[in-house]
Amino acid sequence: MNALVAAAKKEGTLNVIALPPTWANYGAILSAFTAKYGIKINSANPTGTSQQEVDAVKTENGTAKAPDVLDIGMAVALANTNLFAPYEVSTWSSIPTAQKAPNGIWVQDYGGYMAVGYSSKFGTITSLNQLLGPQFKNAVALNGNPTSANAGLNGVMMANLAEGGTADNIADGVSFFSKLKAAGNFSPISATGATIKAGTTPVVFNWDYLNLPSYVGVSNWKVFIPSNVALGGYYAQAINKNAPDPAAARLWEEFLYSQAASGGQNLWLEGGARPVEQAAMQSNGSINTAAASKLPAVTVTPTFLSPTQATDAANYLAANWAKAIG
Amino acid sequence: MAVAATTETGARPSWSGRRPSAPAWAGTVPFFAYVGVFLLWPTGIVVVDALKNPNGSWAFSNISELGDPLVRGYFIGSFKLCLLSSVSGAVFGAILAYAVASGNPDGMVRRLYLAISGVLAQFGGVTLAFAFLVLLGPVGLLFHASWYFDFPWGIGLIYTYFQIPLMVLVFLPAIDGLKVQWREASENLGASAWQYWRYVGGPLLAPAFLGTTLLLFANALSAFATIEAWENQIAYIVPQQISTALSSEVGLSNVNVADLLALGMVIMVAIVMTGYALLQRRAARWLR
Repeated sequence: MNALVAAAKKEGTLNVIALPPTWANYGAILSAFTAKYGIKINSANPTGTSQQEVDAVKTENGTAKAPDVLDIGMAVALANTNLFAPYEVSTWSSIPTAQKAPNGIWVQDYGGYMAVGYSSKFGTITSLNQLLGPQFKNAVALNGNPTSANAGLNGVMMANLAEGGTADNIADGVSFFSKLKAAGNFSPISATGATIKAGTTPVVFNWDYLNLPSYVGVSNWKVFIPSNVALGGYYAQAINKNAPDPAAARLWEEFLYSQAASGGQNLWLEGGARPVEQAAMQSNGSINTAAASKLPAVTVTPTFLSPTQATDAANYLAANWAKAIG
Repeated sequence: MAVAATTETGARPSWSGRRPSAPAWAGTVPFFAYVGVFLLWPTGIVVVDALKNPNGSWAFSNISELGDPLVRGYFIGSFKLCLLSSVSGAVFGAILAYAVASGNPDGMVRRLYLAISGVLAQFGGVTLAFAFLVLLGPVGLLFHASWYFDFPWGIGLIYTYFQIPLMVLVFLPAIDGLKVQWREASENLGASAWQYWRYVGGPLLAPAFLGTTLLLFANALSAFATIEAWENQIAYIVPQQISTALSSEVGLSNVNVADLLALGMVIMVAIVMTGYALLQRRAARWLR
């Protein structure tokens, strides 16, 4: 570890990409890393998508500004493993087996459950079918087009599971949104902090850590997770195999997976995201319990889409989504 | 002088004031280099990659994707939106340009109109879409237009916001070119206002009008940020689907499909340009 710190300090810089400062507490995580190790971080394209991260690895390959580390969705991670270097962090054993590649070519880092965030002017929502009511005219929005954005696809999948569909077939979710559209309640705008603040998207399907009042910046904002559905989604870390700062990249991973009070895992938790080592940290007592208790409670066994299920859902959406809400 | 000296001595004097002449085409090098690097080369890449599969080998069968009903829908959507916004922009812009032209050429109003048009013709993207959303959207400050999210009407209205000023800017010089003497001459010969526009003013302006309408069409065809901020749950037009094909993070991204769609847009512009050339030839026939 000391040798790694020395080598990383010698490199002096770390290139990260597509890390919005307001997302999962990344602003604090980036500055904590720099404060701790004195390594300068170049943060490129903070609002980029996972695919754009991978594109940057390819187009900037061999230059000093190529991304060292990536934080990407699972579909993109699995499709691009030839670009990554395997690495096992020192807390490797705390990460559930299903959430890491056996050789460490990718490792899930943090995630959450699909949730419905809504303005408290609607009272309390306890079921998705309430959203079909007349008071929700033009109110219900997704975070991105489901054929393009992972959060959008999972929003439809959450409705699908709540409506009795299975993870293998997203059709019930699409028909739920079709009903929303027919009721005049579906908003075709992608929800962002700006649209929520302006009041144009008062109901949003999104990951719970992006749907907290602290994240959206609106105080009268509530979060609801259907009692029968916990659809989980985790992002993954990967190291560029041609990273211009290989030691800093590995030190960054050690920092992100550190269970220290001011380490990456607890910092993510403070940002409302569920760190991948959460269960292990709960048993060894290193977790920030105050932050953990703020997360929306989930009682049922979480569902995670397998790569095949995610691909099937995407293909179904490509053919049917526009028709359903057109 | 130099020429005379040359003929006297039979030798070309090295002190001649005239530099050895470069080939005539040398002056065009910067232009063609620029066009080559920024237009022909990228177009070539698009064409080549559109006919390959993700592994990099040739796949001419890709071209049949353009006949897919979904893909055809994006092109029809693009065509509808471009037609609606270019024709309405051209008609209203031409009327406005005529109104401006018939005023005092050095007047305050004209300068104001031109300055405002110059600014508004560049207004687009997220700011424009958000402005309309706040005014006419679901919780609109003015009122809620129930057709706000209808394609192409809602987005067509938003596009006219930059199309009309662009029309004014580009079309005004053509109207200024109409000499007042022509009008007087036709009135002296007993022509009515309708006859003047039908036989003199209209034919004179037709080529410029069509040309500018085409410019507006192309302007709308390539616009992306505005419609993406207007709504992004359905890909109505080709650039939106290109975006999905480039950046889908749920596994639907395919650069070659994006290239193919871009190639389709190139073909679409080529068709419109050909139609324009034929119309222009007909419209300008009597000018020759």
